[in-house]
Amino acid sequence: MLEDLFKNVTKRFNGNENQETKPVNNNKIPDDLLFKCPRCRNVIFKEDYMAVNKVCPACNYHGRLTAQERISITVDKGSFRPFDPDMVSKNPINFPDYEQKQKALRESTGLKDAIVTGEALIRGIPVVIGVMDTRYMMASMGSVVGEKITRAIERAAENKMPVILFTASGGARMQEGIISLMQMAKTSGAVAKLGEAGQLYITVLTDPTTGGVTASFASLGDIVIAEPKALVGFAGRRVIEGTIKQRLPDDFQLAEFLIEKGFVDMIVERKKMRSVLSHIMKLHGYKKREDR
Amino acid sequence: MNELSAWERQLLIREKDRPTVNDYIPLIFDEFYELHGDRLYGDDAAILGGIARLDDIPVTVIAEVKGRDLNENKKTNFAMPHPEGYRKALRLAKQAEKFHRPVICFIDTPGAFCGIEAEERGQGEAIAKNLMEFMRLRTGIVSVVLGEGGSGGALALGVCDRLAMLSNALYSVISPRGCASILWKNAEREHEACDILQITAEDMIRLGVAEEIIDEPNGSAKHDVYKTGENIKEFLVKTLREIFKKDIDILLEERYTKFRKIGEFSEG
Ligand SMILES: [Zn+2]
Repeated sequence: MLEDLFKNVTKRFNGNENQETKPVNNNKIPDDLLFKCPRCRNVIFKEDYMAVNKVCPACNYHGRLTAQERISITVDKGSFRPFDPDMVSKNPINFPDYEQKQKALRESTGLKDAIVTGEALIRGIPVVIGVMDTRYMMASMGSVVGEKITRAIERAAENKMPVILFTASGGARMQEGIISLMQMAKTSGAVAKLGEAGQLYITVLTDPTTGGVTASFASLGDIVIAEPKALVGFAGRRVIEGTIKQRLPDDFQLAEFLIEKGFVDMIVERKKMRSVLSHIMKLHGYKKREDR
Repeated sequence: MNELSAWERQLLIREKDRPTVNDYIPLIFDEFYELHGDRLYGDDAAILGGIARLDDIPVTVIAEVKGRDLNENKKTNFAMPHPEGYRKALRLAKQAEKFHRPVICFIDTPGAFCGIEAEERGQGEAIAKNLMEFMRLRTGIVSVVLGEGGSGGALALGVCDRLAMLSNALYSVISPRGCASILWKNAEREHEACDILQITAEDMIRLGVAEEIIDEPNGSAKHDVYKTGENIKEFLVKTLREIFKKDIDILLEERYTKFRKIGEFSEG
């Protein structure tokens, strides 16, 4: 299944970007073969959705990628070298069922926690990259996410490299209690260090980036990019609706709302992301490996 | 020793007659001048800021303000700050840095406000910026949790060199109510969540989040607000004298390390 996904991703990268998708009319098709867009409710075959890198052909909503999918469409083929691939969290406050939950997720996703970090090339330029994966506990931030981000940023500061983080998260991870909250301070401190080392920090906010991740490293990019129609905010929609006792407009907290309010530098489509990232890095003086 | 359970403390710190920062300021400081506004949008009464004298030390004070009655609470939004509150805090912290004054933060909030305008004005960005800037602020920072330490809204004033908890104060990543409604789809089970989350002052010491517990006389601050104020003052004076002895670069390195080392994981 995952490998099939990858084939699709690779195919797309080899120039199938503008493939046409056909709308679905048959009501008898099983649900697991279909993708229903959370923004416009448009329904298409999952296979077609995968073939266009999980972008809704009707409204341009950029859907959630796995960390592996994101890496394969972002970095030069074969260039990714992971950092700390075996790091797993403990259960610091003995939260009920936390270990079992993680065990099940490790098996079903093949991930060790909600982020993959490493070193790679983007159009030949060396970069430290981190990608969060919402399949793992809504990519909430606990010890492992905090530590891996901090280490990745510290390595970049030391080796004079730029950092690109693709964020997605439900926020701090409740199951690790106050330790999770402290990861917000820890990662923000690391961003400060990277700044002192004079290195570029780009965050790419993807659907959904919320809570303690929005309130820490995600919002601190020198350049903050968002994907079209990504949900980005501090408080959850339902929490706010509960406070104000009314329904929020559909576009509330979407990337387009954030750019209007001044909290995002640019909205970049997935198919242009590699190009935009590489050009921004070049403008900051970073060079291809062979040119250095 | 505090024998109360986390839930009993939760009830206690929600009591209407629990002393607030407005009760403590005249007891702790000899002079206090409030300073208003973030210079960007407005003035958020949920966060109070000013300059004060502690013994003979000029300091900057930043505090989350619980109201003592409904009127005060309307003004201070039940101590739930908007982005402009956090930005005022940062402005005053930078001012303190310029004049080499230490910063004293009092934390007492259910959390940062969750609303449309707070989102429009960048609640997440405001908190994030404080975390980053307080981490590298070139002057000493001491924080005290007076009652509720609610999540990111508390942490925005909690990046510091030393953190103390009043003996009944709590500090949590999520409100016990929120935790219960996620975990059991039932907010009414918040008392159970309270005991699971490990949020007491003793928990904070054990988990490396806080360095000190400040005693509340006779089991609750309200029983003797004067003595509680005196205890807070004693802690602050002692801690500032300690911090003053340190070279600022060493202090900053230690501040970074204090947070850097928090996290529990294993590798292969
Ligand atoms: Zn759509």
